[in-house]
Amino acid sequence: MPSILVVEDSPTMRQLITFAMKRIANTKVIEATDGVDALKKLSSEKVDLILADINMPVMDGLKLVSLVKNNQSYKDIPVIIITTEGAREDKERAMAIGANAYLAKPIQTQELIKLVNSFIGA
Amino acid sequence: MENEQGITRKVDDFLEIFRKGEEFTKELLRENEKLRFRIAQLEEGGSSSSGEEKIRFYEERINKLKEEIDSLTERYLKVEEENKDFAAKYVEVEDINNALANLYVASYQLHSTLDFDEVLRIIIEIVINLIGAETFAILLIDEKTNEIVPVSAEGIALETVPKARIGEGIVGAVIKEGESYFAADISRGGDVAKGEPIVCIPLKIKEHVIGAIAIFSLLTQKEGFTNVDYELFNLLAGHAATAVFSAKLYTQSERKLTTIQSFLELLKEKPKR
Repeated sequence: MPSILVVEDSPTMRQLITFAMKRIANTKVIEATDGVDALKKLSSEKVDLILADINMPVMDGLKLVSLVKNNQSYKDIPVIIITTEGAREDKERAMAIGANAYLAKPIQTQELIKLVNSFIGA
Repeated sequence: MENEQGITRKVDDFLEIFRKGEEFTKELLRENEKLRFRIAQLEEGGSSSSGEEKIRFYEERINKLKEEIDSLTERYLKVEEENKDFAAKYVEVEDINNALANLYVASYQLHSTLDFDEVLRIIIEIVINLIGAETFAILLIDEKTNEIVPVSAEGIALETVPKARIGEGIVGAVIKEGESYFAADISRGGDVAKGEPIVCIPLKIKEHVIGAIAIFSLLTQKEGFTNVDYELFNLLAGHAATAVFSAKLYTQSERKLTTIQSFLELLKEKPKR
């Protein structure tokens, strides 16, 4: 069963993404409120995909991507960045530090599910 | 002499027998010829009738198969049409599911707290994340002054959002009429300083309007509103108003309770002095 780590400080968005992920059969959703919380969850749980917001308190999504991609144990976990920043340079910035895909808010659930499926192969 | 006569007789007899044999053989050959002709006739007649039957049989079979093919083609086209309908319905159901999920999450979050600031934060989250607004403000009617006062803003400083009077300007008119406002061209963005939003949603409990959400611009990637957005606006108009009103009442009652408790404490302490 693939595990998806949802890193988002907004409870509304976290619940919405979790809802969407639960519609993919046989997936486990792990929730984290920021980058630091995400790293804690990564050290204790098996994670197959990370969905992370950029703007978060304590540790933002870009810093999290950078740490994940520079860690031997986590570097192969695909990361999808979800953010309000729609500008091309923000996307390029996220992809440059190792994010595997980028999704701009407001997210379309079908688009998110399709993208997640392309990484976890459900 | 006698021997010669005997030999001649024997030769004659032999020749007689040979002639008879020849005639018999000729007769046999004629009969054989007749029979062959008859067989050939019969064979010819027999084969032509069975060939026609076979042709008729195969023609019937072909016609039946053609009918079956036509019927199958018709059924296939019907099934294909049904499949298209099902695919369209599936997409429609998926859209409705997504819309319901969004509305559920928004509603769930709005009623998850009685803390006034938390309620405002949740409204902001919904407007950013589910609707895709970039700059907007939440305005409430000040019951004492009857002014429309901004209480929270996103993407702009709260001080830059002007106060309004009921019935004046877009926000004032929305609050007075209780009807949502959508600018004809939302792509240009509104004017914060002039108090001219591109979208203004009244916050109302039944017919009682308590404030409004004024959206001045959308995220760059948000090109327009979908049906779900309009549903969300409707939901916000009712549920956000209820959540804000409940939180305000709760905060007020908490404050009153604390005051009364402090007063009672004071009364209890007085006789001791």
